[in-house]
Amino acid sequence: MRPDERLELRIHGRGGQGAVLASLILADAAHREGYHVQVFPEFGVERRGAPVAAFARLGRSPIRDRTKVYTPHHVMVLDAALVRSVDVTAGLQPNGWILLNHAGRDAGQDGSPLPEGPWRVATVDATSIAAEHGIGTSTAPIVNTTMAGAFARVTALVSIDAICDAIRERIGAKAESNIAGARAAFDAVSVRPAPTDAALQAMYR
Amino acid sequence: MTAPQAAAREGSAAASTRILTGNQAAAYGAYLSQVQVVSAYPITPQTTVIETLAELYRDAPWPSRFVNVESEHSAMAACIGASMAGARAFTATSSQGLALMHELLHWASAQRLPLVMVNVNRALAPGWNIWTDQNDSLSQRDTGWMQLYCESNQEALDTVIQAYRVAEQVQIPIMVVLDAFVLSHTAEAVSLPSPEMVRAFLPPRDPPFRLDVEEPHAFGGLLTPDHYQEVRAKLHRGMEDAIPIWGEAERSWEAFTGRAYDAVVPYRTEDAEMVLVASATVASTARDVIDALRARGKKVGLLRVRLFRPTPHDALRLALRGIPRVAVIDRNISYGHHGIFFQEIKSALYDLPARERPGMFGYVTGLGGRDVTRGVILDAVGRTLSRDRAEPETVWIGRKE
Repeated sequence: MRPDERLELRIHGRGGQGAVLASLILADAAHREGYHVQVFPEFGVERRGAPVAAFARLGRSPIRDRTKVYTPHHVMVLDAALVRSVDVTAGLQPNGWILLNHAGRDAGQDGSPLPEGPWRVATVDATSIAAEHGIGTSTAPIVNTTMAGAFARVTALVSIDAICDAIRERIGAKAESNIAGARAAFDAVSVRPAPTDAALQAMYR
Repeated sequence: MTAPQAAAREGSAAASTRILTGNQAAAYGAYLSQVQVVSAYPITPQTTVIETLAELYRDAPWPSRFVNVESEHSAMAACIGASMAGARAFTATSSQGLALMHELLHWASAQRLPLVMVNVNRALAPGWNIWTDQNDSLSQRDTGWMQLYCESNQEALDTVIQAYRVAEQVQIPIMVVLDAFVLSHTAEAVSLPSPEMVRAFLPPRDPPFRLDVEEPHAFGGLLTPDHYQEVRAKLHRGMEDAIPIWGEAERSWEAFTGRAYDAVVPYRTEDAEMVLVASATVASTARDVIDALRARGKKVGLLRVRLFRPTPHDALRLALRGIPRVAVIDRNISYGHHGIFFQEIKSALYDLPARERPGMFGYVTGLGGRDVTRGVILDAVGRTLSRDRAEPETVWIGRKE
């Protein structure tokens, strides 16, 4: 990464799912690995259950750009059903990763589709992993920490150990189950093959 | 355990670095200043300043009181009372809350009380808007408070501590201003100075007068035409004295931490044919724009204005004299006139000899939280470089037609 390069991330979730905490865990982890970081929530009022977003900028020099993130390199989606109501790939850069909390390879439990386009798609069933590790409640598992583990795997921006250290710092008493969930998601994430040249050409047409 | 808790627990450890939001950083500044009385009323986007202070108190209490109140007017009244009794007092607010304090802002400054207040810039209603612009704080321009505008979370923390030192030296209250969300809710690495270091930089408050039942004084009595003007002239003089005293505080802080900010901050203004003037986080983004333009051979620079009141006339004149074009970006407007930084800077430069007086270009943008993108800043630079003379009317950029 050149000193003036910036890497931008966007996290989609629902109010109460912990998208902002996920961004802070990524920030802590990246900071531990020597990045300069800047993270911020969608500016506005949050309502439980409504779509929300959080953003991160990483770089190897101090980050002075204080504008919003419009063209993220990678996107993380905490709830695959959001794909139907939110344009989760808006501005997403070609070849960027889109990591979804998603029960299947082709469609979510509710039939929601995977995004189609010149991106790399990774899925992980973070809901089940979080439930197995007793994170949140069995009816409403909290997936932000498991998704952070999966994110470390697909983007290789930060190590899983740094993610676990960040979880420990941010969460305290309940850290160990969250760390186990993050490590399980790191191992479980599945990756769909990169898009074809035809898809990329369509993008640049 | 949250990041503030973890840091508080470290107590006297040497400087450590945490990922903190602007509001958390400002709260750390108040905590490290060991404020003795806090009174505040919640308002978005300020609320997490006071919440963070409450968390810090929960984890590591220090001798202090929180005074619950029913409005911002009462919060300022409580801070005034506490400060008159000799305490180091702190509050934070935004927008409508600051507007509601207005009457008592005059009271605090004319009573020469060294309060420090964090104002998180938020646009004024109607219609309701919780996002950033500077009209709330700039509407308090003439209340006799010093005002400083921050561009990073580190600066928010440092400035609160610096502000207590200067306020208590010149007996003038200080407003430390942060952009809503762009700083207040944005997290980045912040180095925490050790409590020992802050104690060495900021001695305990030693007020020349105080409310004391053992030694009664009268405060706020009738001030007739025989004396009122002289008392106000002293406040004005105190403001002017605050400029070099602020400079001393910067040098001392720099000796402790290696960090200094100063009243105005030039960036790549050497040989510049055009200098952009900006404040707060817009100035931060503008540095990237200046670097990009310099890389293309454009002779442009940036002057960031941090100290708005008192006006650092000499520093402004020194930085901008002889520059052919000066373009001021305002995230605020004085309706029917111009952007407020624009009019102030233009006024400060009027006394320069005509041949050294820059052509002045003013741009208004970013009201109510509209993003001030690099494209918007580039637009201001481009318009300025493409014209020999400023357009007479206020020029809006980034505005929908």
